[in-house]
Parts: sequence; structure tokens; C-alpha cells
Amino acid sequence: MTDPSALYPPAAAGADERIHPDSETALEAGTEGPPGAPQQADKPRSLTSDAWHDLRRNPIFIVSAVIIVVLVVMAAFPGVFTNKDPRFCDLNLSRQAPSADAWFGYDVQGCDVYARTIYGARASILVGLFTTIAVTIVGGLIGMIAGFYGGWIDSVLSRILEIFFGIPLLLGGVLVLASFPSNPGTPQLVTIGKVVIALTILAWTSLARIMRSTVIQVKHADYVSAARALGGGAPRILRSHVLPNAVAPVIVYATIVLGIFIGVEATLSFLGIGLQPPVISWGVAINDASTYIRQSPHMLLFPGALLTITVLAFIMLGDAVRDAFDPRLR
Amino acid sequence: MATTDTFPAPEAEAAGHAPLLDVDDLQVEFRTRDGVAKAVNGVSFSLDEGETLAILGESGSGKSVTALAVMGILDSPPGFVTGGAVRFRGQDLLSLPEDERRAYRGRNIAMVFQDALSALNPVFPVGWQIGEMFRVHEGMSKKDARVRVIELMERVRIPAARERIDDYPHQFSGGMRQRIMIAMSIALDPDVLIADEPTTALDVTVQAQIMELLRDLQRERKMGLILITHDLGVVADVADRISVMYAGRIMEKAVVGEIYARPSHPYTKGLLESIPRVDLKGQDLSAIQGLPPSLTRIPPGCEFNPRCPYAQDICREKRPALLEVVPGRFSACHFAQEVLDGSI
Amino acid sequence: MAASETIGEVVLDVQDLVKHFPLTTGIVFRKHVGDVKAVDGVSFQLHRGETLGIVGESGCGKSTLAKLLMMLETPTSGSAHFKGQDIFGVQGKARRTLRRNIQIIFQDPYSSLNPRMTVGDIIGEPYDIHPEVAPRRDRRRRVEELLEVVGLNPEHINRYPHQFSGGQRQRIGIARGIALRPEIIICDEPVSALDVSVQAQVVNLLEKLQDEFGLSYIFIAHDLSVVRHISDRVAVMYLGRLAEIGTEAQIYESPAHPYTQALLSAVPVPDPSVRGQRKQIILAGDPPSPANPPSGCRFRTRCWKATEKCAMEVPELIVRPGVDHESACHYAAVREDVVVKH
Repeated sequence: MTDPSALYPPAAAGADERIHPDSETALEAGTEGPPGAPQQADKPRSLTSDAWHDLRRNPIFIVSAVIIVVLVVMAAFPGVFTNKDPRFCDLNLSRQAPSADAWFGYDVQGCDVYARTIYGARASILVGLFTTIAVTIVGGLIGMIAGFYGGWIDSVLSRILEIFFGIPLLLGGVLVLASFPSNPGTPQLVTIGKVVIALTILAWTSLARIMRSTVIQVKHADYVSAARALGGGAPRILRSHVLPNAVAPVIVYATIVLGIFIGVEATLSFLGIGLQPPVISWGVAINDASTYIRQSPHMLLFPGALLTITVLAFIMLGDAVRDAFDPRLR
Repeated sequence: MATTDTFPAPEAEAAGHAPLLDVDDLQVEFRTRDGVAKAVNGVSFSLDEGETLAILGESGSGKSVTALAVMGILDSPPGFVTGGAVRFRGQDLLSLPEDERRAYRGRNIAMVFQDALSALNPVFPVGWQIGEMFRVHEGMSKKDARVRVIELMERVRIPAARERIDDYPHQFSGGMRQRIMIAMSIALDPDVLIADEPTTALDVTVQAQIMELLRDLQRERKMGLILITHDLGVVADVADRISVMYAGRIMEKAVVGEIYARPSHPYTKGLLESIPRVDLKGQDLSAIQGLPPSLTRIPPGCEFNPRCPYAQDICREKRPALLEVVPGRFSACHFAQEVLDGSI
Repeated sequence: MAASETIGEVVLDVQDLVKHFPLTTGIVFRKHVGDVKAVDGVSFQLHRGETLGIVGESGCGKSTLAKLLMMLETPTSGSAHFKGQDIFGVQGKARRTLRRNIQIIFQDPYSSLNPRMTVGDIIGEPYDIHPEVAPRRDRRRRVEELLEVVGLNPEHINRYPHQFSGGQRQRIGIARGIALRPEIIICDEPVSALDVSVQAQVVNLLEKLQDEFGLSYIFIAHDLSVVRHISDRVAVMYLGRLAEIGTEAQIYESPAHPYTQALLSAVPVPDPSVRGQRKQIILAGDPPSPANPPSGCRFRTRCWKATEKCAMEVPELIVRPGVDHESACHYAAVREDVVVKH
């Protein structure tokens, strides 16, 4: 667990060899510093800028960031990637293999697989993004309150958390969404919204737990006691001291879980519960392609590959961010 | 003037036999993101049976790294032993393959660490951990090992040893845990015991108990004791000889009685002067200005020159070798004689 | 600084301060099974301009005492008055105003500063919380002044804590502590985590600030030589109670309580020529747990003078015959063979 205040491990008198040079190079006014040690730390360097500095050099981060940028552009401006209309389907072309015209062939309905996949990016990514944001806010808030106040508040919230934690995500998602079915006439945003809400209700617990445990760790730090000793109230302490120091692991987990949510949406849509036609998403596309996997594998290939790459990219991003923020790996 | 950077160390030569432990020009590097840190930069010392050598230094001086390198348990990477020899009864341990080296560890040379809570495994009972020394090194059966363990625990004065042998480390107080670690380290009757800040984390009264225990054990078993510390008081109490380290090198070597009264290196002098003294109450403590250097950017010339009140041009240009100032006293300072006389 | 010149009226009056932490078992329904008696009846007075050192080993309750005096914990019983005002009797805004007068410096320079705030923000936070002390436009200048006063470069105001060394961070903590010009500063082991050569720098700084701003210190530490150097009066704490209290000279040269004597005899003296000159008292065993302290005198289980009376009657902290300062021992007697005379 990353404890940002332990970024540079304490050198208790005589106990530790302080090999790390950064703490040595700042000079004191009025006393001579070692002239042989050139001043390296001239610019103020926050922990975030240190982390960013590391990230920029991490090939995993660069690769995953590039992929994600491409995906975001794909979601926002699908027209950049294809000039075909994904809804234009000709049954005569049903299940045709890839050709120069259509790089990934046509699906059961005769729609261009490539085009549908490109346009499907938007829904999939939006679901992932909104769910992650919602889960971070809800889970983060509950976790922070439980961790900071402790006592009976923590007991109650933790019991609630455990109850929700016990519900399997996919099963719960199926149940919730089956209870509120969508018909083809429902606007796209409503369908997406339902999926987001269903997933949020079920998945806020993991982020809440992470936030709670980091907050519990951070609240015992001396600098929090110092703020209380100065007369700072709970809002100030939460805002300036606890939250900034507890948020790093939560953000790391959120980036990883974004990829997972995209995968979960695909599963739900595959089961016919999540997004449904006419909404285009990768899950929907995979669902459509599932019946003919053996005869026409090309229909599955492109949406499946893109889904896998997206999930992988977010997980890699989360990994790289976690490494950059983790003091122990420095 | 004899230098001490040769084999064997002059102290032992005078005694007429090979020393028990002879460290000769040890070099250890740490390869970090920000460059190569020379943690140990040519350290030599020797140890005889029954003798206590104190290695004194603050954080960043390289004293703990020296100990780890001698034991052969340096984290590598990022640390690498890049030169020198560590001779135990004449045998250079650094030249041995790891499995042969391991035979010496624990059996001939043992180590006691500062923080017993993190040095002991929290999930195994203490009796099991101490017993491991017997089971692994001597192939003893569990029953026999248990008997020896109780003996050992009683020897290090852990009360109710028989009842507590199956307790876990967290059930003991800090002082007791330290005794457990000492028990583990003397289990196989080593010839050399390295104690790295053994009492820094302990209360003063407990510290006294532990130091007395170490003294007893050393006398009883004729062990050579290397005491690594930053505490000038502890050194004065127990050590025979002292080596003062700074920025990876030994700055001064002497017999303990002489160094306190008349130091021959400005760093030692500065340290001694910064300790609160009764007769100087009410006056400012004489502090060494500045900070220790970063080990990746050691200043040219003498490592101490930026903080030294007596520094001259030569100190910034030429690194002083560790030379014998008067018989038996070594100092790495161009003006060692003047510091010794007090004429500077 | 001679003690008598600048020491004045009583600024802090602590009476029978008690703090028990309840021990409970059970997860859902907690059962109260006992108490950790961390602080169990501590009384003393702090005068203006004086440094009162409090020494004790781990488990003696000095950290809890610091937290109580900082109003970070509420006492189980007892009181403390700052210039006549009951510090535990105020709430809300009044308490916040009171906090301006009592501040704290922590032990660990690495965890006492928020790593995500700049040094300027850290030192300036007191002014954010107490805007009446300094107008907004003045704050930056004040922070820069504070940095200079503690010996740091004011240009480093936008740097982050990890860019400084341990000793420098401690100075930042000190700057934060004096920002509101408090009257009392609780120093909770302020130099224990620092190297010897840096300790001296910080101790000198603390003394300079005391002279300059007329501060009163409660200096809590376990390093007896540092405490001796900086303190005017010293109190010795054992298992939640004070064993002895007196001027620095009285405690260090004529200790009367057996625990103080054992403590002083155990302190290593950095002078090899005195080996064998002192009587070494090695205490047996470990201190008892504060959850289960001995009856009567707490020290009796390790004391060579203990009798039945010690088990039955709690010795009060009073002046006893033959001793010129207060001690809490039925058989208090000055012993000088445990200290080294220079």
C-alpha cells in the first residue's frame, strides 16, 4: 500500500544509509553547503511531477497511453477511421469474408464489421468511463468517511460494504438489468445510463475499501495531528491533508478497473442484458457474432481483438501509474 | 609513516599473528537512478579475539553497508562489492563462491541488527527461529535443538524461557527481542559478532542491560565484537578501539581512551564538541555546520572539507590518505598533527 | 541564559491529569475489560520563559501527556489551566483561539510535514486557520521571515518537504510551530530522529528562539544529555506518573528517586576515562504494562528498596526530608555515586 509520506524512508539517526541524493542537495541559508554537490533540486518538485517524470520514460505507459488516445479519438470521431455507415446493412452481403472493400467482412445482418466496431467504441468506452467516475466518487466518498471518522460510522458503513461486496458483479448486473429491461425504442443514453448505474451500485465497494484503508493509514500521520493542533477542522483536514495523500492508490485502481468495466459491459451485452441493438457496442457485436464462430470467425475477430486491446491498455496504464507513485520501487 | 591501506593491518602485525578478521581496502558501490554512490570507499580494519572495535559514524557514513558487505548479505543489486578483501583467519571470504561463503555466515561471523522486530520473522515462534540455527547448520533433531534453545534463552537472561519458547516475537518487549536476536547470533559460537546499532531503538535502561550482556558473552566466549553505532557514549563504555567513518571512508583510528581526550581529525573533534556537556550548559552547542555530502557527488579532495572549520586549499584539492600521526593513531587529514596538538 | 532572570509567572498549571484508554473485547458488542493507564495523575507547573524537560522511557506516557496538553486527547480526569483558563473546558471557536497559544513540534521530520504541500503552504497554514493573526497580503512575507528565522533560505518557499534533509524538515516544523507566536511549545522528542551533528544545530535554534520570542518549552525526550542541556527544570516520568521533579542540577547531581538513579547510571558517558567510576545500577526485567500497573508505587517491582509499604501506599510527589526537591518515593534519598562529576 502506497504511503506517500514514506516516499523517502526515514533515516533515523545512524540507522540508515541515506543513499538517496535528493534530500542532501538543498542548501541552508547561512551555512555553507558542500560545493562539490551541485544544486540539483533548484526547481520545486512535487511528488506528482516526480511521478510524471518517471511515467514519461516508461515504455509501458507510452504504449498504453497511445492506444488509449487512439481509442478516445475513435470514440469521439469515428468518421476519422471509416467513411462507411455502420447502420447500412445489406443482407446480400451477410457473413461475407474480409475483402478489400470491407477489411473485416460483413456480419450476419450484412453490416460492415469494421465500421460497426469503430462506431461501437463510443458506447463501450463511455460505459467504462462513466462507471469508473461514478464508482470512484461514490466509493471514494463512503470509504473516506468510514476511514476518517471510524467508530460506529465505520462499523455501519463497513457492514453495508460487506453486504454489497458479497454480491457477484455479473450476477447482480444481470438481475438488476433484467428487472429494468430496455426495448429497442429506448434512447441510447438511457440504456447506457442503466448499465452505468447498475454497475456502480454493485462495484463501488472495491474502491471504497481501498480509500478507507489508505485514509486510516494517513489519518494517523503526524502532519494530520499538526493540523488538528493548529485548530484545523475536519473539512480542512480532509481536503488538504487526508485526500491528497490517500488518493493515489485509488486513482491507480480506477485506471485498472476502467478496463474491467468495459469488459463487463461487453459481457452483459453479450448476454443480451446490457446494451442492445440498435446501440452499437463491442459486446453487442460479439453477441451477434457468437452463433457463427466456427463458420465465420472474422465477425468475431475484430471487435474481440479491440476489446482485448482496450482492456489491456487500461490495465497497463494502471500498472505504470502505480509503479510511478509507489515509493518502494524508486 | 606507515599507511593502513595494506595487508595485514599494522595493528595485527604488531601482535605478531594474522588477525581474526581483516578487512582490506573494501569498496562498495550502489548503482542508483541518480548515479553511482560510493558507499564504502577503501575501508580497512582488523579485529582480534576478545577485542571490541567500534565503528562510529552518522547516517550516510557507510558503516552499516560495511557490515553487510563483510557478512555478505548486501542487497545486490543495487549494491556491489567492487574491491578489497575480507579475510577471516586468513581466508578471503569475497573470493569464495556463495555456498562456501554461507558456511561462514552464522557459524564464524554472526550479526545482530538494530530493529529486532523487523529482523525476526513474525509468523514463527522464537524457539523455532533460534532452533533453526541448530537444525540447519548442525543437523540437530528438533528435540535436541529445543534443549539447546532453552539453554541459550536462559543464557541471554530471558525469564521463563521454558514457558516462552513458543511465543511469537510480537509478544516480547523490545529489549527481550534484542536478546532473542543475540541468542540466535551466538548459537553456533561464532568467532566474530557484528552488532549494528544494537541498542539505538531501545530505552536507556534496557540499553545498559543489553550492552552488559554483550560484554559478558564476549568475555565468556572470547569473541571479537564489532560495534557499529553513532553513540559516542556507548563507544566510550565498551570499545577498545574505534574507527570513525565519514562519507564512506575511515577518517580516524585510535585506541578509545586517547581519541576522546585528543582527537586528531576535525570531524571527530566536531562530533565530540557537539555533545551536550555539563560544564557548557547555557552556551550554544558547537555544531558542525552543513550536511553530509551526497554519496553520488562526493566533493573533491577531502570529503569533509566543505564542513571543516580548518579547511585550506590543499584540502579541496588532494584527498588525504589515512596515515599514522603518532604510533597507533591514524588520521586522514592533512593537518592531523595540528588537530592533535590543539595548535589549529 | 540564567534560569532565574527570565523565568516568570506560571503559564501552565497541570493538576492530576489522568488519561485511561479503555480496553475492549468483542467486535459487535464491545465489553470493557480494563484500561491502559497511560497517564495516571500528573501535576506540574510551567513558568514563563522556562524549559521543563520531561524524561522517561517508552511506555511512561510522555507522548500521551503531550497529546493531552495539545488538546488532541481529552483527559479522563484532571485539569490544566493556561493562565487561569481551563484548556479542557472550552469548545469550538474559543478552543481554536486557545490553540494559538500552545503549539507542538513533532519527533519525526519525515511524517510531520504533508508531503503534498509546499513548505510555504505548510508554514502558512496556521495563518489560514487563524486569519485574524495575519492579513492575507502579509502572509507570504511572514512565511519568508519565519524561514529566515529558522535558518532556511526564504527562496525555497515553494519547495516540497522531500527536497529537504531531516534537520531542515525539523526546522520547517519549528517554523510552523512558532508562526502563531504561541506562548508554550511542546517539543515531543524534536531531535531524537536526527543525526548527532544535526541535533546540536536544532537544539541551538530552539534556544535562540526561546530567547528571542520569550517562549516556554515542555521538552519531552529520552536523551538525558540533551534534556539536561536545554532544560531549567526536569521531571522524570515512570509508568504514567512523575517520579521526581526539580531543577536540572538537582535531578542530575542529586537524584533522590531510585528510578532516576537507575536511569542516570545507565546513561553512557562519552568519556572513557570515567569507566568504572560510576555505580552501575542494572534494573531487572521489563517495565510492567500500563494496562496492569503494580499497586502502590509503580516502580516497586524493579526497586531494590521496595517494602510492603510501597505496595500499599502510593507515594505522593512531595518534598521529603533530606531532599531539596519533590520526589515520589517513601524512601527517597539522594545518591551521588551514579553520576559523574566533572
